[in-house]
Amino acid sequence: MTENKNMKSKFQPTKEGYYGQFGGAFIPELLYPNVKELEDNYLQILESSAFQEEYKDLLQHYVGRPSPLYLAKRLSEKYGATIYLKREDLNHTGAHKVNNTIGQILVAKHLGKTKIIAETGAGQHGVATATVCALMNLECVVFMGETDIKRQAPNVARMKMLGAKVVPATSGSKTLKDATNEAIRYWIQHPETYYLIGSVVGPHPYPDMVARLQAVISEEMKVQLKAQTGNENPDTIIACVGGGSNAAGAFYHYLDDEKVELIAVEAAGLGVDSGESAATSQLGEVGVIHGSKTILMQDEYGQITEPYSISAGLDYPGVGPLHAFLHETKRAQFMNATDKEALDAAFELTQLEGIIPALETAHALAVLPKMNLKKDQVVVINLSGRGDKDLETYINHLED
Amino acid sequence: MKTLKNIFQEKKNLLSIFFTAGYPNLNDTTAIISELSKNNVDFIEVGLPYSDPLADGPTIQDSSQVALQNGMNLDIVFDQLKSIKDTNSTPLVLMGYLNQMLKYGEDKFCQACVDCGIETLILPDLPMIEYENHYQQLFKKYGLTNVFLITPHTSEERIRKIDAFTEAFMYVVASSSITGAKGEISKQQIDYFERIKSMNLKSNLIIGFGISDVKTFNTACIYASGAIIGSAFIKHLSIHGTDNIAQFIDPLKS
Repeated sequence: MTENKNMKSKFQPTKEGYYGQFGGAFIPELLYPNVKELEDNYLQILESSAFQEEYKDLLQHYVGRPSPLYLAKRLSEKYGATIYLKREDLNHTGAHKVNNTIGQILVAKHLGKTKIIAETGAGQHGVATATVCALMNLECVVFMGETDIKRQAPNVARMKMLGAKVVPATSGSKTLKDATNEAIRYWIQHPETYYLIGSVVGPHPYPDMVARLQAVISEEMKVQLKAQTGNENPDTIIACVGGGSNAAGAFYHYLDDEKVELIAVEAAGLGVDSGESAATSQLGEVGVIHGSKTILMQDEYGQITEPYSISAGLDYPGVGPLHAFLHETKRAQFMNATDKEALDAAFELTQLEGIIPALETAHALAVLPKMNLKKDQVVVINLSGRGDKDLETYINHLED
Repeated sequence: MKTLKNIFQEKKNLLSIFFTAGYPNLNDTTAIISELSKNNVDFIEVGLPYSDPLADGPTIQDSSQVALQNGMNLDIVFDQLKSIKDTNSTPLVLMGYLNQMLKYGEDKFCQACVDCGIETLILPDLPMIEYENHYQQLFKKYGLTNVFLITPHTSEERIRKIDAFTEAFMYVVASSSITGAKGEISKQQIDYFERIKSMNLKSNLIIGFGISDVKTFNTACIYASGAIIGSAFIKHLSIHGTDNIAQFIDPLKS
């Protein structure tokens, strides 16, 4: 296996998939052959020239990369800093999720898989998966919580139009956690399928593989910042975190450069201490969820508690093991935003810059008023997705 | 309480029954154990209800949810099991998910098992490599052993490794599946059972997942020391409660 040049970084996982104490692969024996097959092959595939060529070609001509790095002048003026938006919302399918699905669908093809399964929260990953399955002519089944199916109807329609089967998850809180449980159970019963996980969660090697595929975000940021500011490093990067894939991508190439401040924003729901929240780093403790040791929201007996956020993509009781490690080592600062703060931030960006962000992304924007920003401070906010899917929520908010 | 070791030495065609602690009612645990014991069930798997049981099908998921709604938790189940330690003679095996042990405290959890007379655990999401690196010593300290699963897709090399680690029994998962009654055993499954049997492993074999009635139980017993029935028994409890357990067990023991 090729030795990656980043292997020395303490933010790269060990051979067993550990970031410090977090990570690993806590899977039932039934999934061992699948996970082992992926673990044995993923680095070799990702680093092969055949993969790289096809991946880069699709990112450029199909997804529309590089995504612009846009200096948001009116937003900058309002908050007294130099704020750039990394426009992942302009990607095909409307979010950063497609960077990962393009990569993993190629991995699946290299492994000879013909049927793809995925979980989805907001539906962005489901749409991105259904899209690449249409593109590659592969069968696609997407698991989505019943609650999320109701609150993200446009994405459900998109997935169906793309030919995917959408299976409602009716257990537990009927959201992302339960959709993931159902996807894993289906995977156990259909070991011939490829499970295309949408975030930096799950058993090793998924967190590392998804982080590597999303790393294109920070790779481009370096080049774009250098061209626009003369310095490839910003002072601060802000990204929202549910499972944490867009944050992992935006942070990836800056992890070892401690001068760059990293801010991860979680969903506080109705408030961190309200009992209706998804701020895992504040409310969680070490545990195992979906095959990974990480921080998760649980009761005193280790029962996983049901999170809450207005944003389906952040409504998850855990966080990827890399983020658990960034939190523990204080490499990233974890902040949070409530439903209301996120809604206000979404309207503010729309009115100042003419960009309607996804509700998930709005959480990242919502911490700007809480920060002590300086005029010459270069801040990059990862604008992870567009808000079309959230229009119903936004309209209701307008009418309130 | 007899040990599993005694049971495996003394008997053949072992019948093991799984149930979820706290289902159908919070305080049914000891009554169910006593009924199963009275009806000559050879060993009993007590399931610790969990919020996110990844390896379980709808029947056990539902029973777990009901048990949690009934207020079941680890303190209560350990108290219930402790209360029958001196009267119950049928070996108990505890089945739960790793996070329950982590959060409860690894030592505290192991000590509680010892206090209940439990020597054998099944934690389906504790993989062999993690066991080897992090848990083997801990379990040894408390005289506990973990049961590992094998499936139709487990390689021979890995089965041999699991065999070396196995002390109580090897859990032969009958099909690539989550738990739940399937109705019958296919030719493909028989081939798999035969393949495992012909490997002449040192471990005792117990077949589970999809064993639901006399027919499937008897078939499983041809290839293993016995079999585990879970979902079918939970379904029985959901209809008959704890009153008619003999009705479910009798045909299996005849």
